[in-house]
Amino acid sequence: MSTNTQRPIYMDYAATTPMDPRVAEKMVQFLTPDGEFGNPASRSHPFGWHAEAAVEAARKQIADLINANPKEIVFTSGATESDNLAIKGVAHFYGKKGKHIVTSKTEHKAVLDSCRQLEREGFEVTYLDPEPNGLIDLVTLEAALREDTILVSIMHVNNELGVIQDIAAIGELTRPRGILFHVDAAQSAGKTGIDLSTMKVDLMSFSGHKIYGPKGIGALFVRRKPRVRLEAQMHGGGHERGMRSGTLATHQIVGMGEAFGLAKAEMEKDRAHITRLRDRLYNGVKDLEEVYVNGDMAHGVPNVLNISFNFVEGESLIMSLKDLAVSSGSACTSASLEPSYVLRALGRNDELAHSSIRFSIGRFTTEAEIDHAITHVRKAIAKLRELSPLWDMYKDGVDLSQVKWAAH
Amino acid sequence: MFNRVKQPNSGIAYLDNNATTALDERVLAAMLPYLRGQHGNPSSSHQLGRQARAAIDQARQQVAGLVAAHSSQVVFTSGGTEANNLALKGVAQRLPPGLIACSAVEHSSVLAPLAALQNDGWRLAKLTVDSDGYLVDEVLQQVVSRKPALLAVMAANNETGIVYDTQPVARSAREVGAIVLVDAVQAAGKYPLNFTASGAHLMSLSAHKIHGPQGIGALVVDKAVDMMPLLHGGGHERGRRAGTENVAAIVGFGKAAELAADELEARRRHTGILRAHLESRLTAELPKAVIFGQRAERLPNTCFFAVPGLDGETLLMALDQLGIAVSSGSACTTGDVAPSPVLMAMGIEADLARAAVRVSLSKDTTRDDVDRFVDSLKAQVLALQRFGSLACA
Amino acid sequence: MSYSDKVLDHYENPRNVGTMEKDDPSVGTGMVGAPACGDVMRLQIKVSDDGVIEDARFKTYGCGSAIASSSLLTEWVKGKSLEEAGQIKNTDIAEELALPPVKIHCSVLAEDAIKAAIEDYQSKEKQS
Repeated sequence: MSTNTQRPIYMDYAATTPMDPRVAEKMVQFLTPDGEFGNPASRSHPFGWHAEAAVEAARKQIADLINANPKEIVFTSGATESDNLAIKGVAHFYGKKGKHIVTSKTEHKAVLDSCRQLEREGFEVTYLDPEPNGLIDLVTLEAALREDTILVSIMHVNNELGVIQDIAAIGELTRPRGILFHVDAAQSAGKTGIDLSTMKVDLMSFSGHKIYGPKGIGALFVRRKPRVRLEAQMHGGGHERGMRSGTLATHQIVGMGEAFGLAKAEMEKDRAHITRLRDRLYNGVKDLEEVYVNGDMAHGVPNVLNISFNFVEGESLIMSLKDLAVSSGSACTSASLEPSYVLRALGRNDELAHSSIRFSIGRFTTEAEIDHAITHVRKAIAKLRELSPLWDMYKDGVDLSQVKWAAH
Repeated sequence: MFNRVKQPNSGIAYLDNNATTALDERVLAAMLPYLRGQHGNPSSSHQLGRQARAAIDQARQQVAGLVAAHSSQVVFTSGGTEANNLALKGVAQRLPPGLIACSAVEHSSVLAPLAALQNDGWRLAKLTVDSDGYLVDEVLQQVVSRKPALLAVMAANNETGIVYDTQPVARSAREVGAIVLVDAVQAAGKYPLNFTASGAHLMSLSAHKIHGPQGIGALVVDKAVDMMPLLHGGGHERGRRAGTENVAAIVGFGKAAELAADELEARRRHTGILRAHLESRLTAELPKAVIFGQRAERLPNTCFFAVPGLDGETLLMALDQLGIAVSSGSACTTGDVAPSPVLMAMGIEADLARAAVRVSLSKDTTRDDVDRFVDSLKAQVLALQRFGSLACA
Repeated sequence: MSYSDKVLDHYENPRNVGTMEKDDPSVGTGMVGAPACGDVMRLQIKVSDDGVIEDARFKTYGCGSAIASSSLLTEWVKGKSLEEAGQIKNTDIAEELALPPVKIHCSVLAEDAIKAAIEDYQSKEKQS
């Protein structure tokens, strides 16, 4: 796809990552006629066998990154399906044991909407409020656990804020109580360490396209010891040990495996690179007045920097940053006019929530791109504040919280 | 006739196209930009996101075009299995449990969700088939008179290739208020389909059966159908199916659908000629061979047959050594040595059913592939006869 | 979401940005919207003795469509009588800028802004 216009600088890695060229080439091998193709469920000819071997190799690459057994990896069509399978699958299987689930208000929509569905089916869900920095307080979480709690679902790294929850500590609360613990790790795999041989996590969701792999593929870790049972959400030929039916897309699985393999090999390098660039970006804008970091840089992955530029509306800021591909809040909700529900859950006021921009960077971000972004942002903020009546009022010393607005 | 693609894993005669087809090079070419660099998330409002969105919109039209539907009716899924699950469970979850009807020869991705629904209190009525493979009309009328809420019937069977005239079935089911699902995974690209005229409310499709990529399918949905999504979160696909869209695969599906529509008649002719050749040789050279559903209208690419006394699985292994890829039936009943349920439903004896071999052709199949298969098959039959393991052939 | 060329033009080169002395009796100020809703529009008009809008200024906190709606409005009201300006409809603005359905509220806000500015001017006039 050749374009005449210059491509924008991509700073929306948390929405989706560019595919690593090494992943793409591996996938193409499984797509081309002189490469490999076949239905991995076909047991009677080598097309099927080769596909199956490739699928098993990929399963191992994924397990290796998170220190799990390949047999504990179930492939799905993406993290959304993994979250749905984990939450609804557990609820439907263990529903007789109890009907209470604990999650947080800042989870991904796939978790929240699955929980809402379960509420319609008669389950009770506690949605925890995070601390102002986005982290879940363990005392609060522990207090929410009940006799009839069957599942806790807390994400590892938040997609909008980048904050890392202490999932190891949460596992210590759930395991002794016999409560299953699901973690959405779509944003954390390859960015921060995951060791499922020590962390007491029972189910963990992964995505291909957040880790330089392909879209349309994900995985769910389902622990074998102690054994976790699920009711399948997709019924058919009994693929994936009966937990998820449907023909597996070999090229996508191979791509996801390769992406996880690369993440394992390059995690430290990626981290160092991205941390350096994140710091450079933050240092380039932090001296602007009325700038607030959403989340907690000390307890977050460096890939995400979420900033509110007070008195500037996020969508118009994105519009003036048209050379930068960034997002205001989660991509899944960006078509709506609502401010980010994640920022609201942190107790951010509406102005700050409306003024937020998520910069998410990654393996292929360069220093030159960061510098370019800083220049653009500073220019845009100056322009939009010049246009902003709120900025005027702030400069005149008006306390905006005291103004009576003519809401419409 | 077609731009001949080099045969995959050269030297192998691939005759298992009802399991999966080779990706068309033209489809791959359409996908490559989305695998290399064109990586936006279609939900993102920036330029890269919008480009991805536009690519999906085009693919949606192409897929709709294959079955004469409107693009707004197309919901992309991770494949045919998900499409069937979404259709059946999505509709059933909006209704009080009642009666569901399906043909006795449906694919496991229809039968398995229906089995799951039975746990929720739904009752299942199977529409039986006769020895030709056709639905038994009296049974159909009797089941319909019990007013099922949902009825599933496939457009063509994956094993026998038998084509079902879904239109009258859909019409009588609609008269009693049933929602009708037509599983067109196997028929699409091999038989002309018209969603609007079919009377179906829902139609499932899969890309990798029409030379598109694996891991992508679609459910065509009549807007009047009230259904619950299977996957929750994010409101993609008009709230019918959550999850970041698999852009490269969707683009590939679109291209594959466009090609399948453009080349439908040519592909039908090409495979039909080869199958006629295959079956005339089988009949002439292995007179005991039984071709299933031969009296019914079948997809022109499928030949499901058995040589009595021969063990299908053993034969497949032997053919495989010779570089010939065929199947003993549905690939999805993995590792399952039970005889084909489709053949059992047609009243075929279990021993004969265990001997069944499915040959499924594609636009890329050559006459040489077919001849190699028949020659190898004959050699196997002779060899097995010599070892005395084949008593009656 | 893609914006029309007209929205982009007003957004890139907003007309009549600025502030007037709000205590000036010939100036009417309309401030509508709320930060919580993601848009606040301040429109000011300077009215001549014979009731014609001589000048207009705006500042807007909001999305590109909100900025464009207010920018366009300042162009339209200049030279109009108060009565004429009060008859501008949000649909005219939405049509001129080809606003998508989700952005129609921006044009509604602009209509509210001119009405509020006229009202403010008229209430000052009564007092004096």
